[in-house]
Amino acid sequence: MSIKGKAYIAGIYEHPTRLAKDLSLAQIHAEVAKGALEDAGLGKDDVDGYFCAGDAPGLGPMSMVEYMGLRPRHVDSTDTGGSSYVLHVGHAAEAIAAGKCKVALITLAGRPRAEGMATGTVPRSRGGTPTPDEPFEFPYGPTVVNMYAMCAMRHMYEFGTTSEQLAWIKVAASHHAQHNPHALLKDVVTVEDVVNSPMISDPLHRLDCCVITDGGGAIVVVAPDIAARLKRPKVRLLGASEFIKTQMGGKVDLTYSGARFTGPAAFAEAGVKPSDIKYASIYDSFTITVLMQLEDLGFCEKGKGGKFVSDGNLIAGQGKLPFNTDGGGLCSNHPGNRGGLTKVLEAVRQLRGEAHPKVQVKNCDLALAHGTGGSLGLRHGSATVILERE
Amino acid sequence: MVETRERKLPAPSISPETKAYWDAAAKGKLLVRKCTSCGEVHHYPRTICPFCFSDRTEWIEASGKGTIYSYSVMRRAPVPYVMAYVTLAEGPRMVTNIVDCNFDKLEVEQAVKLVFKPTDGGPPLPMFTPA
Repeated sequence: MSIKGKAYIAGIYEHPTRLAKDLSLAQIHAEVAKGALEDAGLGKDDVDGYFCAGDAPGLGPMSMVEYMGLRPRHVDSTDTGGSSYVLHVGHAAEAIAAGKCKVALITLAGRPRAEGMATGTVPRSRGGTPTPDEPFEFPYGPTVVNMYAMCAMRHMYEFGTTSEQLAWIKVAASHHAQHNPHALLKDVVTVEDVVNSPMISDPLHRLDCCVITDGGGAIVVVAPDIAARLKRPKVRLLGASEFIKTQMGGKVDLTYSGARFTGPAAFAEAGVKPSDIKYASIYDSFTITVLMQLEDLGFCEKGKGGKFVSDGNLIAGQGKLPFNTDGGGLCSNHPGNRGGLTKVLEAVRQLRGEAHPKVQVKNCDLALAHGTGGSLGLRHGSATVILERE
Repeated sequence: MVETRERKLPAPSISPETKAYWDAAAKGKLLVRKCTSCGEVHHYPRTICPFCFSDRTEWIEASGKGTIYSYSVMRRAPVPYVMAYVTLAEGPRMVTNIVDCNFDKLEVEQAVKLVFKPTDGGPPLPMFTPA
């Protein structure tokens, strides 16, 4: 069975906040849920499927189901870090195709900025019973940034990728963010700005890193018969795939991500190829994340990502592959340190023709959204969805 | 840069499955786990082989020789340090630190050798320094 054409994204909403000092975590989840349902033209009582991940307060979906007064007959709280919500879109389509629900609500919220969290630079232990890997990693000081940095270091060694090439990814994101009134960073930056920003963990500079913000977002995935009676432009799911990339028992290979597997699988299910894609939302926790995923998804050859992203090739209106036209995690937001959901949102905006006019891709009828969650250098979850405007 | 300040290293948590690894570390030895069914050596250590799922695995002592697979100088830390993956002569790549060296002179694929660094109330951690 395939999920191709079995589900539609009918509603989306992104919280405008980037600093949520005066909002509770549950409240942000509910506000984005309300926003996405209103966008779809649906009500709370239409929801019969609920999806959330580890950012939701409480045990799995239970507290949020109660808080929002939902009565779902299908729930899923699979947590693969920031990629969870891309994966949830696929899972929602599977549940809808199997008749387990008809209106699936996916929510994300987080307030790391309000909480003063040192997101990328402090090693984190989860507490409780240690994971089996923890004693062999945590004492050495792995952080978000230094584990991604090791991927960049190896990529540079193997393929000759340069800091200037990586910088082009931030430059492209900044060109898009200038048109997003909600973006945390709205200033256009240059390659020089990026490579001259302070080194955080070699070879990643401060401007190679995404922003740290509060916020959230929600997606409503519906069955075809529901989509048919709604008034919004119809965005149909064509393909979805997920994968967990690990250290493989010590056969560590930092040169590729799980997108190497999710890309081909999602393209095969959708029956399209990378060159058909008009717009791509690519997870952008760091510049290197984007570069590796572009290669792994098949937008360019492995090792040629540096050349592919250079000279504005990712900038809407001038490059071959417009990406993250909302400014993405690198400039706009990274709610709860989890950027997968907002990747889907901008892909839907592009397909609806509702992106900012300055970055709207002409005749955008086919888009891809991809997420990477966890740590690119340790273990991560990858998820890809391919969406079509009907 | 040469970092002379000592980092305070947290003690690793020890489980029954990996106690022998840490007991050996206290004696200055690095153990890795080898599967006698498929012959593969893996890391971090498990009783059931992650390659063939056999439960016939045993400890072997690593030579302590390796090369840097990748590294990153973590500069934004109270005491800067070097995160690394080292490829052991026995095959597996392990998460570790590179210590006692000029951080700016390190290179990918550089040869390194085993050293141990004390932790805060626990067994010492296997780390590496240029050979």
